Amino acid sequence: MTERLQSAILAEGLTKSFPGILAVDHLSFDVSSGEIFGLVGPDGAGKTTTLRMLAGIMPPDAGTASVAGFNVAHDPEGAKHQLSYMPQRFGLYEDLTVDENIRFYADLFGVRKAEREERSTQLLQAAGMREFRKRLAGKLSGGMKQKLGLLCALIHRPKVILLDEPTTGVDPVSRRDFWRILYELSSEGVAILTSTAYLDEAERCHRVALLHQGKLLFCDTPPSLKAKLGKGVLSITSSEPRRLRDQLEHAVGISSLVLTGDGLHVVVDDAALRIPEFEARLNSAHVPFSAIQQVTPTIEDLFVDAVGSGASVYVS
Amino acid sequence: MFREPLLREPMPDDNNSVVIEDLVKRFGDFVAVDRINLEIRKGEVFGFLGPNGAGKSTTIRMLCGLLTPSSGRARVAGFDVGREPESVRQNIGYMSQKFSLYNDLKVIENIRLFAGLYSVPSNQRRERIEWTLEMANLKGQENQITATLPGGWKQRLALGCAVLHKPPVIFLDEPTSGVDPISRRQFWDLIHHMAEEGVTVFVTTHYMEEAEYCNRLALIFRGEIVALGTPSELKRKSMKGELLLVECEPLGNAVEVLQSAPGVIDAAVFGNALHLVVRDAATAIPRLRSYLSDRSLTVRSIEKIPPTLEDVFVSLTTARDSGKESKA
Repeated sequence: MTERLQSAILAEGLTKSFPGILAVDHLSFDVSSGEIFGLVGPDGAGKTTTLRMLAGIMPPDAGTASVAGFNVAHDPEGAKHQLSYMPQRFGLYEDLTVDENIRFYADLFGVRKAEREERSTQLLQAAGMREFRKRLAGKLSGGMKQKLGLLCALIHRPKVILLDEPTTGVDPVSRRDFWRILYELSSEGVAILTSTAYLDEAERCHRVALLHQGKLLFCDTPPSLKAKLGKGVLSITSSEPRRLRDQLEHAVGISSLVLTGDGLHVVVDDAALRIPEFEARLNSAHVPFSAIQQVTPTIEDLFVDAVGSGASVYVS
Repeated sequence: MFREPLLREPMPDDNNSVVIEDLVKRFGDFVAVDRINLEIRKGEVFGFLGPNGAGKSTTIRMLCGLLTPSSGRARVAGFDVGREPESVRQNIGYMSQKFSLYNDLKVIENIRLFAGLYSVPSNQRRERIEWTLEMANLKGQENQITATLPGGWKQRLALGCAVLHKPPVIFLDEPTSGVDPISRRQFWDLIHHMAEEGVTVFVTTHYMEEAEYCNRLALIFRGEIVALGTPSELKRKSMKGELLLVECEPLGNAVEVLQSAPGVIDAAVFGNALHLVVRDAATAIPRLRSYLSDRSLTVRSIEKIPPTLEDVFVSLTTARDSGKESKA
């Protein structure tokens, strides 16, 4: 990684409230050059508000944001030249072609003509979109539209990019393409802050901030986050998952139990102790099941464990 | 035009509540859905996956009686989607992630609206509205403006509105997208509970976190069903090869080097590591170690990991996509 003179993105005590809601509550984190940093949390966790404050679109109530060394509040113009912000609904012109959209953004960002051609060819190549240059943006698939939005946001070679849920509604294959572009940018030293409501997508980031109701729950690399759970996670598959659940739902040692399509995902206090106990219990009840396997915790397990099951709304 | 009466006795269908036989939909020369066959059991939570443009929405529209098949047939809740589309529509519920709720109406007003849309008879209205509030756990919230509800509550209200006429089959489109994990788990508990009572649930999604909640999954690609099975069956059987997690330095060079390494089907960066698809993990691991160190890359670890549904999905679709978009 490149030498770290200063953080590419720095949030210090960012706070924002709207009538009746504290949307972002004293949020601090930093992102270095070449790092892909995930802002992860459900809808309403404060992701978009945070991104807007970093992009200089919304002033914080308290705290400071700086991007590429520029204080966003004091020197918004300086910051703007270094950053690109892609909101959830990026402003593509549906009745313009792919090429025309890119050209439009190049003009907007003041990219010189000679440079523009080279840069757009390179970007279209990386996105696998060269054969779509003449297609109207409105005729692209959801995944392609998102990629085009990203290309337009990258045309002026920003050092920092802020992406708000860029892969929402995008299928897994296009999502992978999208991430391939992000990894390439990261290897060129671009700092990337991306938000997602999908906790499995968080695993692709170098570092993750888990947000809940405007507060930072955890901030670490995905492997370290998983290590924080400190509990065992078991996966049990069965041709009769509902019977499996009925047998285990009140067993001792379980802190969370989720009925999945073909089994259970269970968080327990002590895997080595509980596996034989559960096996004995299922065998004596004659519930068919495959071996009980200890699996790596997911970030979702950590989130649920940290936030707790809250008010129970289970309907019996 | 001759219209069949709405509420007819459905044809007996044993235990299958969605039966699809050689279903085809063509738009001009383009075959959007190409002779698909599926049988979905009563009380099953069935997931239907596929990339954008694979024929997923076209299939759902046919199953909901909104689009007439070009050939083949499908029966939903005992009704033929081509000949009895109105009966089909009376017997299904549909809920989309893009809520069909009116945000500026109160909770109770949305429920009443749907009771009216589904023509719930007036003598049952009160009971069905009560049931919906109860089921969605929204008692006491009747007068809240829908827009002000937290995401998970809206989701339950949308589900309540979609099932208040007690349909035997419900269609859910990315039902828990963007919802926090706890609300999502509660939502799926609700779905599984309905399934246990015999409701058939047909889910479409791009999110593998949602797919894990389905009893069985079908993957549609270019109009054809390319995989069918339980989530664990798909993970066990459908991957074209095995998955390795490789930690090495420097990462950027390693991807390029590995993409052309013998036996490697695919290599991609994943966070601080690499995901590699290889033909056979046992033989590949020692070979990759020496291959990487010969090229002065430092290997920290190589281990076989279980594939996720997303890996399966990508593997199955790119394997069939002979070079067109996969090698971007």
